[in-house]
Amino acid sequence: MSDFVSGFWNIFVAGTVLVSIVACVVLLWAQSSATHNPGSTTGHVWDEDLQEYSNPLPSWWRWLYYITCFYGLFYLVMYPGFGSFAGQFGWTSDGQYQNEMKKANEQYGPIFKKFLSQDVSAVAANPEAKEMGQRLFLTYCVQCHGADGKGSKGFPNLTDKDWLFGGTPEQIKESIINGRNAVMPAKGVKPDLTGDQIKDLSGYVRSLSGLSADSLRVQRGKELFGAACAACHGAEGKGMVGVAPNLADKVWLYSSSEESITETITKGRENRMPAFGEFLGEAKVHLLTAYVYGLGGGEPAAAAPAATVAPAAAAQAAPEPAAAKK
Amino acid sequence: MQSQATYNYKVVRQFAVMTVIWGIVGMTVGVFIAAQLVWPELNVVEYLSYGRLRPLHTNAVIFAFGGCALFATSYYCVQRTSHVTLFAPALAAFTFWGWQVVIVLAALSLPLGFTQAKEYAELEWPIDILITLVWVSYAVVFFGTLVKRTVSHIYVANWFFGGFILTVAVLHLVNSAAIPVFAEGMLSPKSYSAYAGVQDAMIQWWYGHNAVGFFLTAGFLGMMYYFVPKQAGRPVYSYRLSVVHFWALIFTYMWAGPHHLHYTALPDWTQSVGMVFSLILLAPSWGGMINGIMTLSGAWHKLRDDPILKFMITSLSFYGMSTFEGPMMGIKTVNALSHYTDWTVGHVHSGALGWVAMISIGCIYYLLPRLFGKAEMASKKLIEVHFWIATIGIVLYIASMWIAGVMQGLMWRATNVDGTLTYSFVESVKATYPFWTIRLLGGVLFLSGMFIMAFNMFKTIAGGKSVNAPVLAAAGAH
Repeated sequence: MSDFVSGFWNIFVAGTVLVSIVACVVLLWAQSSATHNPGSTTGHVWDEDLQEYSNPLPSWWRWLYYITCFYGLFYLVMYPGFGSFAGQFGWTSDGQYQNEMKKANEQYGPIFKKFLSQDVSAVAANPEAKEMGQRLFLTYCVQCHGADGKGSKGFPNLTDKDWLFGGTPEQIKESIINGRNAVMPAKGVKPDLTGDQIKDLSGYVRSLSGLSADSLRVQRGKELFGAACAACHGAEGKGMVGVAPNLADKVWLYSSSEESITETITKGRENRMPAFGEFLGEAKVHLLTAYVYGLGGGEPAAAAPAATVAPAAAAQAAPEPAAAKK
Repeated sequence: MQSQATYNYKVVRQFAVMTVIWGIVGMTVGVFIAAQLVWPELNVVEYLSYGRLRPLHTNAVIFAFGGCALFATSYYCVQRTSHVTLFAPALAAFTFWGWQVVIVLAALSLPLGFTQAKEYAELEWPIDILITLVWVSYAVVFFGTLVKRTVSHIYVANWFFGGFILTVAVLHLVNSAAIPVFAEGMLSPKSYSAYAGVQDAMIQWWYGHNAVGFFLTAGFLGMMYYFVPKQAGRPVYSYRLSVVHFWALIFTYMWAGPHHLHYTALPDWTQSVGMVFSLILLAPSWGGMINGIMTLSGAWHKLRDDPILKFMITSLSFYGMSTFEGPMMGIKTVNALSHYTDWTVGHVHSGALGWVAMISIGCIYYLLPRLFGKAEMASKKLIEVHFWIATIGIVLYIASMWIAGVMQGLMWRATNVDGTLTYSFVESVKATYPFWTIRLLGGVLFLSGMFIMAFNMFKTIAGGKSVNAPVLAAAGAH
């Protein structure tokens, strides 16, 4: 064990623990051997009538005390406790965890593995796999994406056809295994934006989705957009899968209100999907991929490379009621 | 006789009355946050949200209600069993006003969001400094009075009060050590703990468990050792038992903190040692219960028509029950089920309502008539009503939390045939709603009892006048 910075602390801890338990026993033994006069008081009187009987210790209580002390010593012989002494059972909390994981993998591993050889779209169509995928989803994904997978502010909807990092089986799997990091810099790529210019931009961004905005601001915002935003979001604001969200598809990760858009531009946004690959293992990730793929927004496995804009752009054409709600 | 010195009852009166007032305040906050769990819509503004009110509740009931009860009873007991008036009365007055300022500052700063984020030690450093000043003054008054005593032996209640005062000072100083933040050249009320990582967690729970062990146990055992024999009119059952359980209790409590951190980053050896000493703690804890309850042996009939004694003996039963439950929950296997569930909440309240509040209530009922020149409380009947309402409230509270806790623990570990979890977390939340409602009802009942007590107290005060009893000469042969 590397719990101690030097051998001294090992001896210090082991010695103090041992001496302390023994001291508890000695205290009890010494006090129960003292003389008693059951039924009579010690002779001291306080505050008129406060007195103490000289009754002996109840013997059941004495034995309770001894038994816990001796059990304590026994426990510390079997389990770690006396400094770096490992205990006769050789038990460690890490070992217990590893054992349980090993057993669970032996027992449950094959149940998940049988789907690994199948194609994601085939797994997505399998009712048994779907049930298992849902159970995994309800354990590991609901906290952010919700029980129905529709997400909430800051957490993407997985049931619509808008994919920030792509909706093909490969891309979904990649998102689950390695996680995703997304950063929108404050004020885009134009750090000298003034508060008024940011409002202009917000107006323009709203207009891209057909939302009401001051026409003068929209006009001025459109001019600014090229310099501040187009580098990532594209000249028409349609974004690029894996780079920046489409601003013209009526899907809003952080709400479409002018206030929220202004906040996004002013302060930027940082978001992260944690990596689950190592934690869940290949087989479970495969099932989860299929489940998410089957939620309604999955895109066909593309022949083209993952980052192509084409499938995403095609998906944007169809407006999604669930997405518009956001 | 007329020119004889009198005991200092003024500070006792002040603390006794504030015990009832702060009890109502602290428990009202408790009832409100219990209601927030049933109806989350009650979280209207951030200042009154669950996260900010919960520490206010715990601080108010432990340090305002419990603290005032401890000050009142220890000042009363130490004078009368030392047969001298309080040492340094001005300092004693400072402890009263200083403590009230601490409480008011807590009630303002916690809802405003100032917190050290350490359980039961949330108050920020400026308040911590004031606490330290009050506590050192308390120690000077208490131990100064003991030094002045005209009897040779120190009565057992004072051992417990003394142990509690000394240890709480050490706990507070070590755990609250923090580095204040300098922001824009200014000293801010915000601070960061002097410790980091798992050491910080260990020191916090060394503090946290001993806050229970010394603030909520040793101090209240001091109360028990004075007021139970007094109210029962019987000698303490066994002097020898009090010696063994006093030393064993204060010694083993110090080790038990790690059981709050089972199955965490805390090293395995630390967890084992914490668990072992938690088990050893069972017998020393029960020593106090036995000594209290057995003091009544031969006088059990008194329980029938003395509601004050009912409060005291019931409190000892709850004390025995929760100090059995505690070591059990400290066992790793049990803890694996009970940890993070409402079982812990139930356990804490069987101690806090059943033991701490009931013994305090009994003692305050004993004190009030004596402090205000009356033979007894204005209404004995209302004490009886208070007792039954409080008892039913506690039973509803802890039974519902037991069931809820075990249910949550079982739901969290239930798995499907493929090893996935049967229930998502929110399903266990949903399943707990009925029990949270029962708990709320239990809390409302207990709080109603406190209102009855306040009514009884004001009726008693209204018909009486402040008195200071003459200092008694110590009884002969010492």
